Amino acid sequence: MSNIYDYTCFILLLPLLTFLLPGLFGKKFPRISGILGTTSMLIVTVLAYLTAYHYFITDAPAEGYYWPYGSRWPYLVLAKFTWLRFNAALSLDMGIALDPLSVMMLVVVSTVSLMVHLYSTGYMKGEERYSTYFSFLSLFTFSMLGLVVASNIFQIYIFWELVGVSSFLLIGFYFDKPSAVAAAKKAFIVTRFADLGFLCGILILSFYSGSLDFRVIIERMSSSSSAFYSFAAGASFLGVSALTWALVLIFAGGAGKSAMFPLHIWLPDAMEGPTPVSALIHAATMVVAGVFLVARLFPVFCMSHAAMDVVAYTGAASALIAALIACTQTDIKRVLAYSTMSQIGYMMFSLGISGYGGEKGLGYSAALFHLFTHAMFKALLFLCAGAVIHAVHSNEIKDMGGLKKPMPFTSIAFFFACLAISGIPSLSGFYSKEEILTAAFHRNKIIFCTGLLTAGITSFYMFRLYFSIFWNNKNKSGIKTHMAASITIPLFILTVATIEAGHIPFGKYVSSDGLPLHSDTDIRLSAAAIIISGIGILTAAFLYLKERTLPGRISAKAGIVYRFIAGKLYIDELYLLITKKVVFNLISAPAAWVDRNIVDGGMNLLGAAAENVSETIRPVQSGKIRNYALWFLAGTILISLFLIYVIR
Amino acid sequence: MNEIPLHLVLFVSTTLFFTGAYGFLTRRNMITMLMAIELMLNSVNINFLAFNKYLFPGKAEGVFFTIFIITIAAAEASVAIAIIINLYRKFRTIDAENTDSLKF
Amino acid sequence: MSLSAAVFCFISLMIIVFGILTVRTSRIFRAAIYLLFTLINVAALYFCLGYEFIAAVQVVVYVGGIVVLILFSLFLTEQSGTRLPEIPYRQALVSYIACIAGFGIIYTIILASDLLPSGQEAKILTMKTIGSKMLSYGEGGYILPFEAVSILLLAALTGSISIAFKTKKNE
Repeated sequence: MSNIYDYTCFILLLPLLTFLLPGLFGKKFPRISGILGTTSMLIVTVLAYLTAYHYFITDAPAEGYYWPYGSRWPYLVLAKFTWLRFNAALSLDMGIALDPLSVMMLVVVSTVSLMVHLYSTGYMKGEERYSTYFSFLSLFTFSMLGLVVASNIFQIYIFWELVGVSSFLLIGFYFDKPSAVAAAKKAFIVTRFADLGFLCGILILSFYSGSLDFRVIIERMSSSSSAFYSFAAGASFLGVSALTWALVLIFAGGAGKSAMFPLHIWLPDAMEGPTPVSALIHAATMVVAGVFLVARLFPVFCMSHAAMDVVAYTGAASALIAALIACTQTDIKRVLAYSTMSQIGYMMFSLGISGYGGEKGLGYSAALFHLFTHAMFKALLFLCAGAVIHAVHSNEIKDMGGLKKPMPFTSIAFFFACLAISGIPSLSGFYSKEEILTAAFHRNKIIFCTGLLTAGITSFYMFRLYFSIFWNNKNKSGIKTHMAASITIPLFILTVATIEAGHIPFGKYVSSDGLPLHSDTDIRLSAAAIIISGIGILTAAFLYLKERTLPGRISAKAGIVYRFIAGKLYIDELYLLITKKVVFNLISAPAAWVDRNIVDGGMNLLGAAAENVSETIRPVQSGKIRNYALWFLAGTILISLFLIYVIR
Repeated sequence: MNEIPLHLVLFVSTTLFFTGAYGFLTRRNMITMLMAIELMLNSVNINFLAFNKYLFPGKAEGVFFTIFIITIAAAEASVAIAIIINLYRKFRTIDAENTDSLKF
Repeated sequence: MSLSAAVFCFISLMIIVFGILTVRTSRIFRAAIYLLFTLINVAALYFCLGYEFIAAVQVVVYVGGIVVLILFSLFLTEQSGTRLPEIPYRQALVSYIACIAGFGIIYTIILASDLLPSGQEAKILTMKTIGSKMLSYGEGGYILPFEAVSILLLAALTGSISIAFKTKKNE
């Protein structure tokens, strides 16, 4: 292809620049760093749209033309260079890869990031570490952009860790708050723990495929006639083939970043960061990385049914559990956090149940479509929540209520976002969710039922949130809000995106095998989903539209079940139990004892011995020349005596 | 004066040497310590010359060694005194016991 | 007992007595003077042994040079009138024992050894011989040590000047 994509490199370079410049010189010009970051992000967004426009529209191959590997869309690698060469066959490359997936992700990430930047210029105004904040934000965007365009699996790992670091920095942005520090550490350690699996998976996969490059790995691993494939599938460990192990481990990394069920514990705590950061983490940059990773290696995942099942059931379990927990939370941001987890679960199980190619690949398209639409409405939800929190100065639902009057614009935006996430027709969420449910219906009935149930619960808790915040009782605190343009503009743009994003013919562009996919939705399925969502909404309206005691009584009736769910299934406590009781007591404590008493003791013994010896012989070095001379004389006499009378 | 036995000359030099050694061991003043060293050097010179005279009368090594030792003694004395003067400027004392900054 | 033997005995006695006085006196100025007498007597001993040149060098360098240098340094360090502190009894005793022991050993060894003369023809060592040998590079020549010692002297003199040089600041 031509070099018309040269500008695409700037998509990566600009955020890096705006990370470095304000990071280094921002202290002196705090206002400029915000403007600089937003402007550069605007340019990046324009470039990303331009890239997408070129890729999908102007440079699209003619109808009926297919690339040698069967896809309609070209796989372009720009600006590739070798970073580390081990031998002729193995080298670490850096490159920018363009394919439908990464171009789509570029659009999502840059859009949401731009909105968050713009929003932050108003939201974070007056912060002491304003320029540092923008610097970190740019780093975060840079790492995620680098992740989505990575051309090989090792490059993805590097940017993956960068995402982890920058999320650590941003979650712990208010580092004088102990809970924020703890949350940042928790997020970092949990995802790091998952990344260990990811790294092992990378090593296994690249060992068996003999390459780090995605294109090569996919070519070698996705055909069952390939020698590499039979090698990897034949080798087995604990009764499971090496390929499955590799994929499951890689998925573990993805699950950590995407906050899938057993590794989700960091996500709610990550709400300690500034709200725009939560929007960025939840909508575009961090949690979707896991979905992206699975999608990136999708042809390989398709070769292992076991790995796909793991993905599907983990996703489904996360979707349902998160939705249940979300119903019980009272912190507005935590509800949104669990809803993110639930929606990511949707994407995951949609990927997991999908097959490769044609109609079977509907799940793949649907998952990415949902990623796309979810980014828009989730960013909108978080930014609205940010505006509400800004006005109320509290995260708790009970401190809010009746905000419809003072914040009409936010209220409407939030309403549309809730409709979208509930899957109400003509809003973006409807289309993507519809596709996911259709795909699930055809492939796996259990997961379909889970998804349907989750859809109902989702609309229930989202509207519970909406009614509790904006309707319910009278305005308690008499809030007067002034919404800066920098806050309303992103809300407006995202509202439009939320409403309209569903009309993009997504399957035409992004599909598992690169061929256009036209999905026909079954009207009966749509109806079922809509009815279930409607029930959820009506229940929420019944319970929360007016101030009632009924919700309290229901939760009291549910008793132990309610407490179990409200306690987030006690997973945190379980982990604490395991780490404290098992790891600390059985492994760390004896190890510490050995270290303190035997290793340190040995060292101390050596030190003490040396100290005692030197203390004993120290007076010899008296500094008195006469003593030295006396000893010298005595020594001379003794040696001469020895020489004369003994040696002779 | 060949009738004087060699060991008598050596007796003188040995006595002088240990007198110097005694002085070095007991004195604290650096200048007196330097004097004691001069005594010891002189006793060595006496030895060299006596051996040259009694044992190797046909050779001159002892004489030359004596000359060199006297030269080096002069150099040593000048350096030592320079050091002593400098020390005195720094510490206002030339007591060897007090100038122990380098101790330990 | 011949005259030369008597002279030798007298000179030896003077050396030993003045040596002991040098190390025993409690006045530092007197110690320097006793040192001067010791050195003069050593020069006399050289004279007796027949080394007139060395005796002259001894007088010129030691008596005229080093002792004067010592006296100057006494004045410079304002020590000329000081009484030296009393030597601690223990220190004196230990040093005394060590020196006596050393002396005993050395002198026993001297007496025990044969010290046979080589029986060579005695040569008169004139100043001319010494001078030519000092600068000769043939057999028995001392040009190399001579040069080495000259460099050493030069270095020592420069060094002592630079050490004793009064630095203006940074005291």
